[in-house]
Amino acid sequence: MNPDQLAARVARDIPPHSYVNLGIGLPTRVADHLNPESGVVLHTENGMLNMGPAATGDRIDPDLINAGKQPVTELPGAAYFHHADSFAMMRGGHLDVCVLGAFQVSATGDLANWSTGAPDAIPAVGGAMDLAIGARQVFVMMTLFDKRGRPKLVPSCTFPLTGAGCVSRVYTDVAVFDVGPEGAVIREAFDVPAEQIRDQLAATGLRVR
Amino acid sequence: MIVASADDAVAGIADGSTVLVGGFGRAGMPYGLIDALIRQGATGLTVVSNNAGNGDTGLAALLKAGRVAKVICSFPRQTDSYVFDQLYRAGQVELEVVPQGTLAERLRAAGAGIGAFFCPTGAGTLLAEGKESRTIDGRDHVLEYPIRGDVALIQAHRADGMGNLVYRKTARNFGPVMATAATTTIVEVGAVVEVGALDPEAVVTPGIYVDRVVNGSPA
Repeated sequence: MNPDQLAARVARDIPPHSYVNLGIGLPTRVADHLNPESGVVLHTENGMLNMGPAATGDRIDPDLINAGKQPVTELPGAAYFHHADSFAMMRGGHLDVCVLGAFQVSATGDLANWSTGAPDAIPAVGGAMDLAIGARQVFVMMTLFDKRGRPKLVPSCTFPLTGAGCVSRVYTDVAVFDVGPEGAVIREAFDVPAEQIRDQLAATGLRVR
Repeated sequence: MIVASADDAVAGIADGSTVLVGGFGRAGMPYGLIDALIRQGATGLTVVSNNAGNGDTGLAALLKAGRVAKVICSFPRQTDSYVFDQLYRAGQVELEVVPQGTLAERLRAAGAGIGAFFCPTGAGTLLAEGKESRTIDGRDHVLEYPIRGDVALIQAHRADGMGNLVYRKTARNFGPVMATAATTTIVEVGAVVEVGALDPEAVVTPGIYVDRVVNGSPA
């Protein structure tokens, strides 16, 4: 599945009328596949609900940006609030879903998406840890293998954690997995049979049901 | 309350001060006040802000001028944060990385007189190392302390002569919490309006939190 197909697949699982935060990067594309009639309200952690699509041309307003600092628009019924309120909304369990990218997710739902632990990297976390533990459901969108062919769904994360046991579902280019205390389960396989994906992951040391 | 220039607004900021700087990226960044602070000359500053400057202006210019000893922020690394990146790699600026929501809440706590709070964000991660933790209702929490500023530099859309503030769109970001968290809160606004011209129901930051206002930023 290509990234846009995957974004469309994630969008189908977002319940109507839910409050949703889409992480920077790939998850942002989910917005393009949400049905306007679904009543889904997008939250951006820099202080807005009912964020609209990207702004272009003379609709660009430097005071109206998303968490990725890109110019966006407001939809009717939008609301603005300050940062402490915006993150209270997350931690307080008011956001239904957030969709995040990841370097690694463990079978038990640990998330690593803020640092690869490289010794020369400048640490930067932004709102990743707040989102990971705040939203009621955390979906991850990622490729199942990295560019060097290493699995990103793993028995336990080797990169520094963003949050422990916080991810409930992982959407990859190959399959959708549920993760949690009981381990990883294939929920839906796309182009390759589930058994083949299980064998492939078993070879990396990960047991998937 | 209303001062004539950005230079008057930043007068008296001492060396070694903790300065809260509003803004998320460029939105809500009080550029006029930061430029005035560079001219004013205070050094050895601890800067608390979400980012560590963009390009060569604002916070990046303050860093480049060598006035900042420490940055407390959530996300210093950006595509155009080369000034901070160079100083950090050269060991010329100290960095404390704080999750964005924890940064906001630590500022809020300072302004609200809270001694410390247990927060689930970051529990079990590198950023919780060395911090007191507690399991509450089955969930791990980390003890977080307030961040108080000697000075807050923020930007708002309008102020009246009482110092009441309204903001504009996502430029609001850290302004309202930083305004509460500093001994001296200094605000750059797009326009100063007459007392009574702001709808009291729409005031976001009441003037009690505001010390100096300068008519400055373009709006």
